[in-house]
Order: sequence, then C-alpha cells, then structure tokens
Amino acid sequence: MSAVAAPSAKRIAWLRRRRAAAAAWSDFRHDRAGMIGLVILILFVAMALAAPLIVPESELRAINALDNPVWASPSEFSPMGTDSLGRSVWAQFVWGARISLLVGLAATVMAMLIGTVVGVAAGFYGGRVGGVLMRITEWFLVIPFLPLAIALAAVLGPSLTNIIFVIGITSWPSTARLVRAQVLTLKERLYVDRSRALGASDAHLMGRHIMPNISGLILANTTLTVPIAILSETTLSFLGLGDPTSTSWGKMLEDSFQQGALTEQAWWYYVPPGLGVLFVVLAFTLVGHALEGILDPRLRNAPTE
Amino acid sequence: MSADIQPATAAPTLLSVRDLHVTYPTDAGPLEAVRGVDLELGARETLGLAGESGCGKSSLATALLRLLPRGAKVTGEVLLEGEDVLGMKPGRLRAVRWTGMAIVFQGALHSLNPVQRVGDQIAEAIVLHAKGKGPRAATRVGELLELVGMPARRARDYPHQLSGGQRQRVLIALALACDPKLLVADEPTTALDVMVQAQILRLLEDLKEQFGLTTLFITHDLSTLAAACQRIAVMYAGRIVEEGPAHAVFDAPAHPYTRALAAAFPIIGDPAFRHNPSGLAGDPPDPRALPSGCPFHPRCPVMHEECPRVDVELWPAGEGRRAACVEVRA
Amino acid sequence: MSPRYVIGKLGGSLATLLFVVVFNFFLFRIVATDPVANLFRGRNLTESQRDELVHEFGLDGSLLHQFWAYVQQTASLNLGRSYSTNETVVSEILDAAPATIWLVGVSTILSAVIGVALGIAAGWRRRSKTDYAATTFTMTTYSMPDFWLGMLLLSLFAVTLGWFPVGGLQDPTSTATGPALWADQAYHMFLPALTLTLAYLGEYTLVMRSSLLDTMREDFLVLARAKGLRDVVVRNRHAVPNALLPVVTLAAINFGFVLSGAIAVEAIFSWPGLGLATYDAINGPDLPMLQGLFLVFSASVIVFNLLADLLYAWLDPRVREA
Repeated sequence: MSAVAAPSAKRIAWLRRRRAAAAAWSDFRHDRAGMIGLVILILFVAMALAAPLIVPESELRAINALDNPVWASPSEFSPMGTDSLGRSVWAQFVWGARISLLVGLAATVMAMLIGTVVGVAAGFYGGRVGGVLMRITEWFLVIPFLPLAIALAAVLGPSLTNIIFVIGITSWPSTARLVRAQVLTLKERLYVDRSRALGASDAHLMGRHIMPNISGLILANTTLTVPIAILSETTLSFLGLGDPTSTSWGKMLEDSFQQGALTEQAWWYYVPPGLGVLFVVLAFTLVGHALEGILDPRLRNAPTE
Repeated sequence: MSADIQPATAAPTLLSVRDLHVTYPTDAGPLEAVRGVDLELGARETLGLAGESGCGKSSLATALLRLLPRGAKVTGEVLLEGEDVLGMKPGRLRAVRWTGMAIVFQGALHSLNPVQRVGDQIAEAIVLHAKGKGPRAATRVGELLELVGMPARRARDYPHQLSGGQRQRVLIALALACDPKLLVADEPTTALDVMVQAQILRLLEDLKEQFGLTTLFITHDLSTLAAACQRIAVMYAGRIVEEGPAHAVFDAPAHPYTRALAAAFPIIGDPAFRHNPSGLAGDPPDPRALPSGCPFHPRCPVMHEECPRVDVELWPAGEGRRAACVEVRA
Repeated sequence: MSPRYVIGKLGGSLATLLFVVVFNFFLFRIVATDPVANLFRGRNLTESQRDELVHEFGLDGSLLHQFWAYVQQTASLNLGRSYSTNETVVSEILDAAPATIWLVGVSTILSAVIGVALGIAAGWRRRSKTDYAATTFTMTTYSMPDFWLGMLLLSLFAVTLGWFPVGGLQDPTSTATGPALWADQAYHMFLPALTLTLAYLGEYTLVMRSSLLDTMREDFLVLARAKGLRDVVVRNRHAVPNALLPVVTLAAINFGFVLSGAIAVEAIFSWPGLGLATYDAINGPDLPMLQGLFLVFSASVIVFNLLADLLYAWLDPRVREA
C-alpha cells in the first residue's frame, strides 16, 4: 500500500464516499424497521425472479388445469388452492409477483427520470422556464390520479407498456416538486456561485455539484414512490385496465372478484395477493423511511429530543 | 467542596441552588449540560450569568422550574424561598410557576403562541393563578402592557404583527402578570438591535426598582451585565468558573475566560458575536468529551503545564470573589 | 383575508378548470388515432354505424370545429349521452352523485376525527407504546389496497357472519320510506364507509403526529408550561391548534380526491355512486360517461383545493391578518 505522493482529489472523494456509504449502512443496520423491510423485499424479489424455478409457467393456463378441482381450498390442493377454472392460485401468486414488481419498478423509474429532469431544470433555470415547468407540475398534481389513469388507460388500451406509461406519467410531479425545492436550496450555496464565477458551465454545475447532492434524496424518494406505483397497478388491474395476457396480484383480485370468490368464500384466492401487496408496499416504505433518515440532508440535523 | 461565601447583603436568600446537575438523554449517550452549579440570590439582588452558547446557562434557567423536556434528569437542590422545588408535588409546582418565579424568554418569533392574541396569552396566566377573571383580567392586561411601554390596545394583536422589541416587551409584561418575586431573564435582548436593546435594558431596570424584583439575568454579553447587576457569575462547560461583584469581575477578571469575554469588542450588529462572544479560537467543548483537568485549557491563552491535570474548583480570589483557575490559587 | 386574495385564488382555480376541459377534449380525441375504432374495439361496426358514431362524437369536421362544439356543449352542461343507458350523462351523474357524497363525506369526517386523535396521542408521547401501536396500525392500513380491505370486511362480516348486507344501497324487496329507508341505507353504507375510513385514517394520523412533533419543538410550549398550565391544557390549547392547521387543509383537499378514490370500493360493495358508474363505464367503454366523470372528478378536486386554501387562510391568523 502506500502512496508516497499525496493522494489525488479523486481518491479523497472516493474514500469519502466509501466512508459515507459505510456509515450509512451501519445506520441502516441499526434502524430495525428498515432492516426488516429490506429482508422482506429480498424475499419477494427472489421469489419473483425465481418464478420459473418454483412453478412452471404452464400452470397459469386454464387449458392445463382441466383436471384440477375448481375452488379447491389449500388443504385440498396445496399450497394455495385453485380458482373457478381450476388454475393453481400459488402459480398465479408467484408469477403475479413478477408483474406487480416489474410494473411498480418500471413505472417508478420512468417517474423518477421525468421528475428529476423537470425538477432540476425548473430549479436550476428558474425564471420563465422554471415557472412554466412548475405550472405544468402543479396542474398534474391537481388532477386526481385514478380518473386520469383510467382515462388514459381506456384510451390507450390495456397492455403492459401502457400501464407502466400511465402510472409513470401520473407519478412524476411530486418528485419534480421535491427535487426542485432541493435544487433551489443548493443553488444558494456558496460553492455553486464560486464555481460559476470560475467559469463553470451549466452542465458542469449540474453534474458535479447539484446531482451528487440530490442523489440521496432521489434514492429515498424512489424507494417511497415504488409502493404508490404498485398500489396503482393493483387498483388499475382490478378495474380491468391491466394487461389481459399476464397475471399480476391486481389481476388476481379482479379475477377473484369477477369469479365470485367472495360468495364462494374462497379466501385463498383474494387474501394472498392482497397480503403480497401489503408486505411489499410496507417493506418498500420501511426501507424508504430508513434511507430518508440517512440520506435526506433536511432530516439529518433534526434534533433527537 | 468549595468554601461557602456569605451573600454580600444581609437580605434573606430568595433562591438557593446547590450542586445542580442537568443531564439530557441523547441517542449517543447521556449529555451532562450542567455539572454541579451553586448559586445564591438574596432578595432584591440582581445576579448576572454569562457564558457562550452551549455552556449550560439556558439549561440551568429551565431546570429551576423543572421545565426541561421529558427524559432530562435534574439532581441537586433548588430552594425557592426555602421551599424545595425539585421535590415539589406537581400541583404545588404548577402553583409556584409564574407566581414564585417567572421567566422572560428571548423574544424570537415562536416564543409566543402564533395563533393566539398576545392579550389572551397574558390573560391566561392571570386567570390561571386566580389574579382576576374576565373584565378584571382584561384591565390588568392593559395595565401590564402600559407598564412595559405599549398601548393597551395592542392586546388584540397576534405575535407576528409585533416587532422584535414589542414582542420582548410583551414577554416582560407576561412575566410580571402574577407578581413574581424572582424574575429569570434568559437572553432578553439577544435578538434585538442595539437601540432597542438599550431601551429594553432600561425598562428592566425601572421595573426592578419599581417592584423590588430579584433577578437572574442570563446572557452571553458580559458588558450588559456589568451595568445591570450587583454580582456576576461566569459559566463554562456546565460549571461556574468565576463569580463576584459585577464591577470587580468586569474590570479585573480573575479567570482567563472572563478576561476574554470582557475584552471582546463586538462589532455592532454582528450576529457572529453571539456565537463566539469571547473572540477565542476554537469551540466550547463537547459535554460528552470534556478535556481533562480544567475544561478551558485547550483554548486558554495562559495555559500552564499543570492545567490538564488539575481538577479545578472555585477558589477564593479576593473579597467576595471566587474563580476556578490555578493562577488564583498561587 | 383580503378580497384580492380570494379573487386571486378563484381566478387560479378557474384557469385550472378550463385547462382540464381542454385536456379532456384532447385526451379522448387526440391520443387515439382512430378514437371510434379504439373505443369500440372488439365490437363489429357496420359502415353506417361507424359513420353515425363518428358524427355523434363530432369526429367529422376539422379539429377546431370539433373543439369549439365541445366547449360550447360543456359550457351549457351538455355532456352527451351515455352509450349504455342512453340517458344524458348529466342526469346519470346527478343520480349517482348523492350516494358517493354521503359515503365519502361520512368516511372523510370519521377518518379525519379518529386519525387526528390517534396522531395526537402518538405524537405527544413519542416512542411510547401508544405511539408504536398507532404508527404500526396506520402504516399497515395505509399499505394495503383499500378495496382489498373492503373484500376482507365483506367476506367476514357480510358473507361469513351475515351481519351486514353484501352490497347495494338498500334492500330491493323492502318498501320502506322516510326514516326507515334512511336507516336501511345507513345499514348498507356501514361496511363501505368502514372500509374507506380505515383506509384513509392512516394519513391523518401520520400527518398530525408529524405536525405535532414539529410544534413541540417550539419555544412557546415551554412558556405555556412555565406559566403553570397542566400538561393536557398545554397540549390541547397550545400545541394542537398550531399542529392542526396543516391537517385541516389536508382534510379539505382529501375530500376532493377521495371522491374519485372510492371507485374500486364502490365496485366491491355495488354502491350505486359515481365510482360504480365509472367502473361500469370502463367496461363499455362508455366514452361520454368517462369524459363526463373525469370532468366531475377533476372539478371537485379543484373546488376543494380552493376551499382548502380559503379555509387555511381564514384559520391561520398569520395569513388572515397579513
């Protein structure tokens, strides 16, 4: 080891970042709720990724279920019983996790990208551009999500990409608002002014000074947006606007409702998908709050008592 | 243990504080903000308490009436007119608050309830301690406001409609509402500009005279204490490091920290002065990681070789004076 | 609160509403390249049927012409006719509105009152057992799909135990009128209202708790205690009124949103309100209904946002007497 010459600025920055990450991980480890959330998340993501290994996809098709008893309870047909077509609920649950998680994450990524770009632009440029961008953002926030999503989905037609698009396009405004506020405070900081005086370009300022300082905020916010996206997908699928060719937890709820699981008292069909959503949403929320506590500069200095 | 000093006057002791410790629970372990303070105030006396932010003076003030946040621990003895405050039952404590001792807080924007008219906030204290109800209370509120130099009709205002100086006057009027014997003024002029500061100080002087108040005046600005008090105590790192007659302490400080405080010339309107009134380099020590021996030694301009090893105490330093410095002992 | 403030807010709301109307038009016309084919997918249309629909939806003529026709119609509250029932959209909406207003109104009030009380209890004694219990409970209810909670309640209390009806507004076989009828309707409303209340009270609890914690840091609370007031009085007379301000605005805004958020819950309980109407319209798809409902939902949010602004301005003396 050993550097005879003085370490470069880059190395110092990297070391500092590593130390910050280590401190953050240790903070995170001590936030018990956050750790529980993380464990739950890992379990579900693993299940979703390993779906083909757990249950063959063919079990989802009604045509392969002709020999199965219909409305079988878990004790009659393990592990989670069957629906009115004899399809394995367990298969739907495992494969449904994939779509629910996929849509949730993809829509969130889309919302984050748009929201960050708009937020940074609105905060950084201010003036006319900023004003217009904020107007648009505020307008989106006023429109109630569900009617807008329904309207868009009804017009665009039900498909996987459409539903990701619909949720993404309706979720970016709150991120944009958050990011803009943070960018505004950062802009005030001295080092941005100094950098500008030294002739730094906008791109340099945004890349070197603004982005690293909001990345923590964005990460925490992303983790907290995923649950909203998952809940949205569940509701939209339940209403019949989801992708008809695949199954998701929301679709399971729709099917169970349409097939009359409630009157059949076939709880094994509608309880598991709801529980799945509940646990995944809860997990993301716990992890998100833990991250917020660590990464959000505004919460950093909050007094403990 | 330090030697007992008899109060300079023969007046009865109104407030007696012995070995006061205040500890806060924090995520990083207990934080001792006040580490064994003794004080005595005779009737009609004014004692000044000086020190920079973080020395524990505000914790001391709030501890006297047990106003610390939940979880904070106070030990020691606080006698108000001979009565033990720390051991009082809650009912008695609430009765004594504001009638026995009242606090004039710093007049920041949120020192008063933002959604309640200032007159109502004063009346609340009057009604609570049965000094009047309804119209009688309203009249008294008017009298109190005029006493502090504000027109009675301002009682209908909300705190945000008042200037900093006016808010401070309201807080003083409020403090006097139940005829307290002891007044604790915690940084009453800090948030104000110089002209208004002078007015408020003069107001406090007049009121003290008029009502024969006993006062504990807490501030970071030593020079204001020199004129306003009979005696001064200087706090550092949770302990008193010097005390004595006001002029003696100010003109010929015995402790190097007091010397620094007394010598500092604040730039008018400089907010940084508040955070470093002594002008010394460095920061006050973290109560969880105090320097060994004399807690002041890392910043002391005349530090001796023995200072990091000596457990300093308040040693006699002249007529009615004490200081916690090895130089005094010599 | 100056008249200028009110007019300013009013103007802003009107502008937003106008924008919604414009958006509504373009959404259903522009997004789909062939709106008729898209909206009637899966249905075989004859040539003449197609032409008729195109004309009915005003899709012939230039875009500007269509737009102008649309604006005129909307302004005169002509929102078209429902495709499925052929009644005017306006009459369908007016028929369905009261059921939703009752359901959402009662639920919002209950969830606000209970949620706030829980939030105060949790925040005042931070990190106590009460706090952890309340926070855990609300986080759980807040993390589940509201209609799923409805399904659980329905299956347990209506299907399994039979304590409540499985759906609908009232007993279809009964001929009761007056108070007896209202009692029956309230009986039918119990489960859906319980669902919405539980689903939404979490937000109030969390916001009130957080607002109270912020307020508790303020100096004036130390002053209140120093005066000799009892802890409960300090909490209720000084802390809560200050902490309550943001919550009031939240409640007002929420009402606007919950109006449209009850869509899935109404579907579960077959509650004949705007939500069920939307659910049915989706399955059409009944374009005029969807368009009309979208307008109504958006308008209600805008109106309640405006009310929330004015309410906050009136309650907070710092804004009122500025």
